[in-house]
This record gives sequence, structure tokens and C-alpha cells, in this order.
Amino acid sequence: MKITREQVIRVAELAHLELSEAELDVYSRQLDEILAYIEKLNQLDTSQVEPMAGGTITDFRSQEVERSGVPENPALREDAVKPSGVAPAVLNGAPDPSRPFFRVPKVIDR
Amino acid sequence: MTTSWTIPSIRAALEAKKVSARELAADYFARIKARNPELNAFLALSPDLAFAQADRVDAQVARGEPLPALAGVPVAIKDVISTAGITTTCGSRILENYVPPYDATAISRLHAAGAVMLGKTNCDEFAMGSSTENSAYGPVRNPVAPDRVPGGSSGGSAAAVAAGLAVAALGTDTGGSIRQPGALCGIPAMMGTYGRVSRYGLIAFASSLDRIGPFATTVQDVASVLAVIAGRDAADSTSVAVPVPNYLAELGRSVRGLRIGIPREYFAEGMDPAVHKNVEGGIKLLESLGCVPVELRMPHTDYAIATYYIVATAEASSNLARYDGVRYGLRVPGATLLEMYKKTRGRGFGPEVKRRIMLGTYALSSGYYDAYYLKAQKVRALIARDFMQAFQNVDAIVTPTSPSPAFRLGEKTDDPLQMYLADIYTVTGSLAGVPGISVPCGKTPQGLPVGLQIFGSYFQESRVLQLAHAFEQAGGFSIA
Repeated sequence: MKITREQVIRVAELAHLELSEAELDVYSRQLDEILAYIEKLNQLDTSQVEPMAGGTITDFRSQEVERSGVPENPALREDAVKPSGVAPAVLNGAPDPSRPFFRVPKVIDR
Repeated sequence: MTTSWTIPSIRAALEAKKVSARELAADYFARIKARNPELNAFLALSPDLAFAQADRVDAQVARGEPLPALAGVPVAIKDVISTAGITTTCGSRILENYVPPYDATAISRLHAAGAVMLGKTNCDEFAMGSSTENSAYGPVRNPVAPDRVPGGSSGGSAAAVAAGLAVAALGTDTGGSIRQPGALCGIPAMMGTYGRVSRYGLIAFASSLDRIGPFATTVQDVASVLAVIAGRDAADSTSVAVPVPNYLAELGRSVRGLRIGIPREYFAEGMDPAVHKNVEGGIKLLESLGCVPVELRMPHTDYAIATYYIVATAEASSNLARYDGVRYGLRVPGATLLEMYKKTRGRGFGPEVKRRIMLGTYALSSGYYDAYYLKAQKVRALIARDFMQAFQNVDAIVTPTSPSPAFRLGEKTDDPLQMYLADIYTVTGSLAGVPGISVPCGKTPQGLPVGLQIFGSYFQESRVLQLAHAFEQAGGFSIA
């Protein structure tokens, strides 16, 4: 067993998912199967490997970027305020707007 | 009226005033009305927008102005891409009534190029699936064989184009979700290099893998749409400033002498014999065009599915945390804030999305991060290195797109792992970030389409398109 039912309940708590007893049964079994399959990654020695952190391998991508003659993207843009103008539309689409706020159930007990 | 329009034939007909953009749009809405009840490819139609766009094109024609690249071209958009004022559900109950306040960059670029947007296409919920059976709004049927799936997750976009309900469509590809439905529906379908097309306005599934790309009926049309949507966008910091070449101008270049890598690992057990036969035939066809096949080893291929289902689910569990019933979408009331979150998410998400959120949350949870997410990102680097080493020696890599042709609805829904294995040939390129296309490679004896996949190195979209175009022109569609 890779994962116990208790662990599945704990993960559902972390993920803020309300699951039925039947769902917990199904997910316990399926997650166990999937995690057993994923076990195969441990066949590989990755102690000397740098993990990927984005969508491409940066050193190879940089070669291509260099070849293109265009400098790599400026990583940071100017920190300037730009009005998006979408606030009214966003609030109109909200489940319980109280302009200019979103209303939620009471969070703080007095 | 012609039944199968392409981008160049539309342009010619508009310029010759043989058809107006408005007539064309009306014709496509009539086709959708006739065929969509069976296929379920479209979730929403946008006739007001489409006719306004068409009228703008017709006015340009009337004034004799030069027409933009996609003038009057009826397009369909996968329902995970934000469209201002038009409901965008991601195939989920949790966004059933969500109307985006802005357009994705890919959409504003299509609009600026004169495209006519017909509507939004069905997909697996939050693009999670390989058959479009995970949509909260019912499955899509494959127009070639309606008892079968169109593939997924962009099944609605693929089915719409294959059935002639749109001239081109946008889909998204995270582990194969453009290429695999393209293969199963028998049309060309492409993802560019990661960062080639802006993800701004694409509702996120797995941010380091998600890519927007086109479906069309010809490789040339795929190239035309990609050319419009590609390029740096300040609103997506992962989009890249490498200039977009003129894909159309480079399309017809000879492929003679190009070295095409054939990785042995992609021809191992588990492939449908008919798919194998056609792909072998496809490689022979490329050889007959002067391409030089080179046998390759890509030793980490077998680890790609396991890697993908950690990386993608981990990123998804984080991205989908935003659906909490506060700012948009469904809210299921609860006595406390936490109860509201849990009920909203428990009822709003379907089974596959919940399964992936659970897996991703587990992989990122305290004490497991190193064992799962970090491990997977390291194996991902090994998979990407397989590609980069291969591209030291070859110009492109040629493989099957999918191990099997379209399967029957319901055939794999009870076994998530079997469904995940449908992506076995596509996830590798997703993890590496390289561009890839699926191009039709004949049909099985049962008449089901087979796809040939071509990968190129980073930003080598032109090379991929050239090979696919040459393959198509040489009769790749009718290999038996």
C-alpha cells in the first residue's frame, strides 16, 4: 500500500475538497495504483541531475535565443500601475458581491 | 457554396467577391446547427460577435483594402481560453456561468487578423483527459466514427474542424491534448515551443506545460494560424522574444537530406498493429522525399507518463486552488468559510479533476515534495536532455502520435491509468518543451485515422511544418 485511507482523508482536507465515503474509497484505490506506477521513477539515479524549473531546459533554450540574435527577454517589467478596468465586470460575475468587495461567510468570531 | 474551405480559398473568394464573410459565417452556423446535436463539439456559439467581425471584413473588401491574414476565417476556440463577454466554462460545473472580462492574447491576435469567432468548444474538464469524456457537459463524438471518442482534451476543437464546422480552431496541449485529438480525428494539429504562444488568458492547468496551438484541415492553414498567435507578449513572462519566422514562406522548402530520428522506444510493445503499419509507411514516404532516417535511443521515454502525472497534477493542484466560491464561478453555501470552500470544490469539480488535485496535493505535501515533485522535475530534465542530445544529430524526430486509433466511448473511463497511457508518445515532448505536430498518416482497415508525430528542436517550428507539409503533399493522408 502506497497510501492509506487516512492519508487520503488528510489530503482531501489539505485540498479543501469535500469527498463522500464512496469517493474516498475510489480515490484510495486509484491513488494507490497510480502511486505504485509512479514508483518506477526510483529506478533512475538522479542524484547528479539539476531539476527542470520551467517549460524548457534553459541552457539549450539560450543557445537558440542566442542564435536568433535577440536578447533573452527582460525578466522584469517596470513596476508601474496600469488600470485593468475590469473591476465592475469581475464583481458582476461574483457569486456574492458587495461592491467593491466579495462577501464571504463570517470568518472572525467575536 | 463550397463545402471545404481553407484559409487561402476563403481569401480568394472574398477578394473575388464570390462570397461575403457574413454569408460564410451564416453557412458555418447552419452546419453547426445541423451537426452539433450529434457531435456536442460546441458548448457556446457567438453569432453576434461573429457577424460583427464578418461585417468588418466585408467592409474592408468593399473599400478594396488589403485583407488581414485570417480575414473572414471561421474559427472555434477551446473553452479553456478566455473570451471577453462569452461564457468560458473549462468544461466544468464550477465555471458554468463564468464570463471572462477580457480576451486571451491569442484571441485578440485572431481578432486583429480578421478571424470570425463561431463559438467555444467542448473539452475535458480543465483540459484533464484524453477522450473529452471528462466534460461536465457530456462527451464529444468523433465525426469519423461517432461511437468513438475524438481524443482529448481538445476534442471539441478537433471534432469541429474535422466535421467541417470550423475552418480552424485553437486547442491547448499540456500532455498531448492538441496532437492526440488531431490524430484521432484525422487532421493536422500543432503545439509550438513552450513560450512561443502567449498563455495570457489561458485558464491554467499546469503552467510549465500548457500551450495554445492550432487545428486546421491543412498544414498550411495550421502554419497560418500559428503565425498569427505566436510571438512575445509582455503579459506572459514565459513567452519568448525569439522572432517568429514567416512560416508560410518557408513551408515549401525541400526536405531532401533532412535527418529524421526514429526513436526505438516509441515502437515498443503496446502499439496497435495498424498504427504501427501506417507509421512505418509514413516513414518510408518521408524517405522517398529524400529524408534520411536515423535510428535513435531516447532512454528515458518510459518514465515520461510517471513524470508527467506528478508535474502536471502538482501544478494543477496549485492552479485550481483559486476555485473557492469567492470571486467567480459556483458557490455552494456553508456555515463557515472553510465549509463553503470544501462544498463548492467538492460539488463543482468532476471526478478526474478531483483525482488530479488529490494526487498533486499529495505530491506537494510536507515530507513528500522531494520524493515526488523534485524527483519528477529531475527525471523531466533527463527526458528533455534525451531530446537535446537527439537534436545534435537529427533535424526532427518522427513517432506515432497515439498508440491506438480512436477508442469507443466508455472504453477507458473506469481505469484512469489506462487513459493516462494514451498520452505515452505525446507527453515526452510536452515535458521537454519542444514543438510538435500530428499530421494525418492514413487510416486503419476499420477506417480510423492514424497520426504521425513530428518533433523539432526549440523554436524550430518551421522545420516541423516543412516536414509535415511535404508529407501531406506527398499523400500522407492516404497511406494505407
